[in-house]
Amino acid sequence: MTHREASIALRRFGLGPRRGDLARIAGDPRGYVLAAIGNRQGAIVEDAELEPSHLSFLALRTAQRDQRTARNMLLEVGKDAAAPGAKSPPGSEAAKPDTLKPVAPTSIGDGSAKPGEIRREVFREEIRARLERAVTTDQPFLERLVYFWSNHFCVSVIKGPLVRVMAGAFEREAIRPHVLGRFGDMLKAVEQHPAMLVYLDNAQSIGPNSPAGRNRGKGLNENLAREILELHTLGVAGGYTQADVTNFASIITGWSVADPQLAAGVAGNPRLAAKFGGEDLVPGRFVFTPNRHEPGALTVLGKRYEDRGIRTGEDVLGDLARHPSTARHIAMKLARHFVADNPPAELVDRLAKTFRSTDGDLAAVARALATSPECWAVAPRKVVPPHDFVVSLIRAFDLKMRPPEAIRIAAAIGQPLWGPPSPKGWPDDDDAWMGPAAVRERLRIAERVARDVDRKLDPRAVATDLFGDALSDAARLAIERAEAREQGFELLVMSPEFLRR
Amino acid sequence: MTACKEAHLISRRSILGGAVSLSLWGALPRRSHAGSRDPRLLTVILRGGLDGLWLASPTGDPDLERLRGRFAMTRSGESAGLPLDAFFVLNPAMPYFHGLYQKREALIVHAVATPYRERSHFDGQDVLESGLPSVGRVEDGWLNRAVSGLAVEAKANPGGLAKASPKGLAMGAVVPLVMRGPASVLTWIPQTFGIPLRESTIARLTDLYAETDPGLAKAFADGIALDKVATAGGTAGVPSKLPTPAPPQPPLVREFVDTAEAAARFLGSADGPRIGVLSYNGWDTHANAGAIKGQLANRLGGLDAAIKAFAEGIGPAWKDTVVVIVTEFGRTARINGTEGTDHGTATAALIMGGGVKGGRVVADWPGLSEKALHQARDLRPTRDLRSVLKGVLRDHIGIPDRALAEVVFPSSGSVIALDGLIA
Repeated sequence: MTHREASIALRRFGLGPRRGDLARIAGDPRGYVLAAIGNRQGAIVEDAELEPSHLSFLALRTAQRDQRTARNMLLEVGKDAAAPGAKSPPGSEAAKPDTLKPVAPTSIGDGSAKPGEIRREVFREEIRARLERAVTTDQPFLERLVYFWSNHFCVSVIKGPLVRVMAGAFEREAIRPHVLGRFGDMLKAVEQHPAMLVYLDNAQSIGPNSPAGRNRGKGLNENLAREILELHTLGVAGGYTQADVTNFASIITGWSVADPQLAAGVAGNPRLAAKFGGEDLVPGRFVFTPNRHEPGALTVLGKRYEDRGIRTGEDVLGDLARHPSTARHIAMKLARHFVADNPPAELVDRLAKTFRSTDGDLAAVARALATSPECWAVAPRKVVPPHDFVVSLIRAFDLKMRPPEAIRIAAAIGQPLWGPPSPKGWPDDDDAWMGPAAVRERLRIAERVARDVDRKLDPRAVATDLFGDALSDAARLAIERAEAREQGFELLVMSPEFLRR
Repeated sequence: MTACKEAHLISRRSILGGAVSLSLWGALPRRSHAGSRDPRLLTVILRGGLDGLWLASPTGDPDLERLRGRFAMTRSGESAGLPLDAFFVLNPAMPYFHGLYQKREALIVHAVATPYRERSHFDGQDVLESGLPSVGRVEDGWLNRAVSGLAVEAKANPGGLAKASPKGLAMGAVVPLVMRGPASVLTWIPQTFGIPLRESTIARLTDLYAETDPGLAKAFADGIALDKVATAGGTAGVPSKLPTPAPPQPPLVREFVDTAEAAARFLGSADGPRIGVLSYNGWDTHANAGAIKGQLANRLGGLDAAIKAFAEGIGPAWKDTVVVIVTEFGRTARINGTEGTDHGTATAALIMGGGVKGGRVVADWPGLSEKALHQARDLRPTRDLRSVLKGVLRDHIGIPDRALAEVVFPSSGSVIALDGLIA
């Protein structure tokens, strides 16, 4: 039996084999991939240790404010000390000890944590859950779809602490529930998620002619609107203009994140509540703030939208999700990601057609991808990105690597989790991850992990278990002739079959 | 798509065809005195679109304050910049660069832009790095083609630049477009683990890749080679640090400085690469830009520390070194609704080094009045960035005009190299 298709199923559509996988799926590799698509809720992560994004947001904001208050107190004390004879008035705000108490206790920490502690604790739990799923899943195609969409709609922790505490939750809340759902639903969930609204600055964008804009002399920020058009939907050549960007940015003014103090302020005051998004504001959740929304009808891509408040922006998103340029853009990205640069035109056409005819049913698109003959014909080309490389090491050799260590190694060779350099996400061309120093460091990583592989294992047997006859004769021979057991594992890890998919 | 691919293949052939390149490089007289020196060039790309008006601010322009309001830089007071001339001030976060400027080892070219006139970061960076007049081809970059030229030259004049490595240097795990292409590229990242690689494993992998995977063969060989350049200087793999512990720095500054120090070490070594690139991210200041105090000031401070680390790290070779700092586009002249600026057009570029004719701001200043702004929005470009880059490549590296116009920056015959940047 040939293992070529089984190896493609485990690598092109997966995160690399664990021992035993190849033999287990060899009878029906395509069925193995398709079975994952049948598991509609399979990508969702439920984990008691993980917080929803709004609670992490709230905990961080609270801690930041407490820290500022404490710092201001110290400054006050410093001033007093510097001015002899000056006394702190007994009732002064800064001196009140109860201002140090958190406004709203949350389940994160005991309410007295510093911002840095909250950041680290939330991030540690998120990477633990993500890694656990990656190394244990029997349906890795679902994870690959999550990573694809999470990268397509990326946020980046580079932005700062708020995105850092929400990045993992963003993926769980806006991406995972929709990877086999509708593109339009994922689009809306993403663009209304606090992490995205903070990352691309829309949380602060204000309509120049809105009440807030007129009062405060503040205004538009076109960052999110531009990236929705350029990166998330139509693509850069998708046929929009600067005027479309500006108008769309105006339409989504008021799409923001409920501030804890604002929520406290409007509670019990219906008039204020109406201006700021309703009485049931949940701090840290998406809110539409009429007070910041640009009034009036506006045109995007030649279509005039009457102002319907929050609905206007949702209508534009709906139209963008159905736009033929979006179908084409997504189809091209999927084909490049799962197959190769310059993918076969027939494949891209088929994916785009499926996307359009099913109104963006991503399960149908995933099925079209997994049943396309091109995906099973093209030889492995793409260098496995650092994160997936580390995951594939853990899977292949059953390593007991701690999640922070795994994440640190992937970061060292270029891919910190949820930390892409820009809203465009990680590069995806075949050789993007073949920078010479990074390839060399993969060998160093291989040397490091080879020491941790179970001493009872023989590299020749493991190579056969993981790849069967999909490993080249040259690689097999090199492993057989290795001068030591560790070197055998190093050569296996560094073989083209392990490094490309 | 097929048509696209074919067009691409044709252009690639005509641009990179060995015979064409060779004749353009070898047969033409050299204009510069590069042959008597050993020139180094470091290009720094600031990704995200650096706001040129906050880097070097035209306080002499009557419209500046109207556009930037209380975020305008001034000549005195709390928002004071460092004086450059009667018209411009430098962001106060950059005292080291200012010192170079005063020593006439640094200059600023203002109101420059690539030929790109849309506002996508990613297309903008593609145009900046590919060196082409428009968006489209993203296979190789102008810096790599310049390195290819040096390789041709090294073969033609074995006594000249041959002692230097005809390879490019890219700092980071991923080779940026500007340095992708036919010439070999060395890359640098900090070591993952402090363990030496075994020669026997290296040899076996080299054999395996030679038989099975040319791409990996090249990358692996280059990766190992740079380990050796670094080792030749003393410490295995990692550029040596100064013996005295540096004062504690914020993580951002440390990251900037570490990369710059390593670049200095490689470009400064006798048999190392001569042309390098590094990128710094995070210049996309849409909100709360903090140009005087805040995020942009912190980044510019990091950049200034990196310039210092590089200039001091490269040592005596600084006299033969030019550093060029560029970005994909500038930002809106007017402040936006969130105390930042959105994607714009023209911006500033920084050039420095021992061989630079510095101490001046080179600008054909377009003005900031409503009428003067590009699309009533952005600083209007009055100079093509390629003319600046050509001026450096010709007068510092010694690449002839014709090769610049046809190979390094294809179809750029009408963009004349800027004279007088290099002493």
